Amino acid sequence: MAGRERLTRASHSGLPEWLGRPGPSAYHRLNPLTKATLATVTAVAAVALGGLVGPALLVIGAVLIPAVAAGVLGRLLRLSLLLALPIAISAFLVNLFFFPGGRTELLRIGPIVATAEGLGFALEILARILAISGAVTLFYLTTRPSDLVLDLERRGVSPRIGFVANASVQAVPAMVERAVQITAAQRARGLDTEGSPLRRARGILPIVGPVILGSIAEVEERTMALEARAFGRPGRRTLLWAPHDTAAEGVVRWLLLAGLLVLVVARLAGVGP
Amino acid sequence: MSLALRGVGYRYPGVAVPALLDVDLHLGSGEVVGVTGASESGKTTLCLVVSGLAPRVVGGRIRGTITLDGESVDDWPMHRLAGRVGIGFQDPTSQLSQVAVTVFEEVAFGPMNLGVARDAIVERTWEALGTLRIEGLAERDPRRLSGGQQQLVAMAGLLAMRPAHLVLDEPTAQLDPAGTRLVAEAVERLAEGGASILITEQKTDLLASVADRVVVLRDGRFALDGPTDEVLADPRLIELGVREPAPLRLRRLAATAGVDPALLQPAADA
Ligand SMILES: Nc1ncnc2c1ncn2[C@@H]1O[C@H](COP(=O)(O)OP(=O)(O)OP(=O)(O)O)[C@@H](O)[C@H]1O
Ligand SMILES: [Mg+2]
Repeated sequence: MAGRERLTRASHSGLPEWLGRPGPSAYHRLNPLTKATLATVTAVAAVALGGLVGPALLVIGAVLIPAVAAGVLGRLLRLSLLLALPIAISAFLVNLFFFPGGRTELLRIGPIVATAEGLGFALEILARILAISGAVTLFYLTTRPSDLVLDLERRGVSPRIGFVANASVQAVPAMVERAVQITAAQRARGLDTEGSPLRRARGILPIVGPVILGSIAEVEERTMALEARAFGRPGRRTLLWAPHDTAAEGVVRWLLLAGLLVLVVARLAGVGP
Repeated sequence: MSLALRGVGYRYPGVAVPALLDVDLHLGSGEVVGVTGASESGKTTLCLVVSGLAPRVVGGRIRGTITLDGESVDDWPMHRLAGRVGIGFQDPTSQLSQVAVTVFEEVAFGPMNLGVARDAIVERTWEALGTLRIEGLAERDPRRLSGGQQQLVAMAGLLAMRPAHLVLDEPTAQLDPAGTRLVAEAVERLAEGGASILITEQKTDLLASVADRVVVLRDGRFALDGPTDEVLADPRLIELGVREPAPLRLRRLAATAGVDPALLQPAADA
């Protein structure tokens, strides 16, 4: 017992070696800004590139292959499809059936006609949407938001900006949880949240109110708690650690951005499909 | 090391009625002052005023004088006060910084903001975790802890800023009995360590065990103010909307029921 006690005591001093614990794969371990740059460049390039081949190659090269390398392919597919599906389906159907320049008839359902031109355009839109949702999801699955905030702070970005962004992202699950709790509480008090749409609509009000008011009160309390911990102090904070970065990664980031710039300029000049 | 309020009054923004009136309070080194009172009596407001958040962050108007070691804090910005007076709130989750992914970083957040040197932050963080006996949680994600554990983490975060004075607003209000016990023990330990503490509670049992002095608020004024034993045994407590500690209540009920209080002595004091 005594020996064990001493062991634990000994480890309770100094900067813990597990701070900013490196991620499980080489891709996870890339600097967060590199991953953020890659996600942004992929998403913007997918929009800028015309046609089907360009965006499809982007999905394979900048989303699927890194996802395999990072060991998150399964989760990436599930999440990014969930994220993209509602927009993808509606965009696909609208373009398939209502593409203005469509002449080659593929299928007719009553008065509406699916055309080959519509299908081609719908596939192009689909590829772009999948590239965007894939790029965003890959970043999300391989990067802790707080790491990006720390990294940006080290580069001189005000921690307040990253802080607000990060806190908003974190606030969503908390709000959902509160809504669930309040729903359960109101239901226990006999509130109807099931049944006809009208009854349900009426049932939502007593839930939305407390969720919004609760969030405002919580934001106020959070602000106070932050100020009480000197978050409002001007000047730089002391950082305990910062994500690993290399000169090579810096070069890669600039190359990615330069490549994107060339692509956008070329597209604006009318190059490509 | 002392914190003093003299003739302090405070109004929230847009409210004509003062939420705090004619408050005189002295918080000396190592002293624990308990504050209680009915709901809406002004306990939280007093905490905000003592910590300086009202009016600096909350807005509103303040009168009277607040001094730290004899120096007026009127012109002090919040971040300067924050290093001297720490404040903790009821809700454990809303006190977390939300950016820290480990308890260690959560506790280090305050000193990081103060710009303390890195080695000193590490030392303070371990010390604060040790004082609250939660070194074992250092590596955990603070957002995934129980409410009681989160409250201890929040208190450690205050301690790591090394404030001379601590203000705790109903730190056990949202905790179960186990969590309440953890916090109560921590408060006792902090007081033994020499911190001066202002703690508000509706649970007078807790105040009975930790406070040297107790103040009872009614409508923003001090209705009672004195040594813990005297105030908590005061017959006016009930009309002030405060429940007396359980042993006293038991004795009073026994007396009204005609039972000899002496019979209860061993059980009540156990
Ligand atoms: N942000 C605010 N703006 C305006 N008035 C407020 C605000 N917060 C509290 N008050 C008012 O100030 C008075 C004191 O409230 P306070 O929250 O300090 O009471 P309390 O003793 O902490 O109550 P509780 O036991 O419910 O926590 C109440 O009349 C309350 O309505
Ligand atoms: Mg209160």
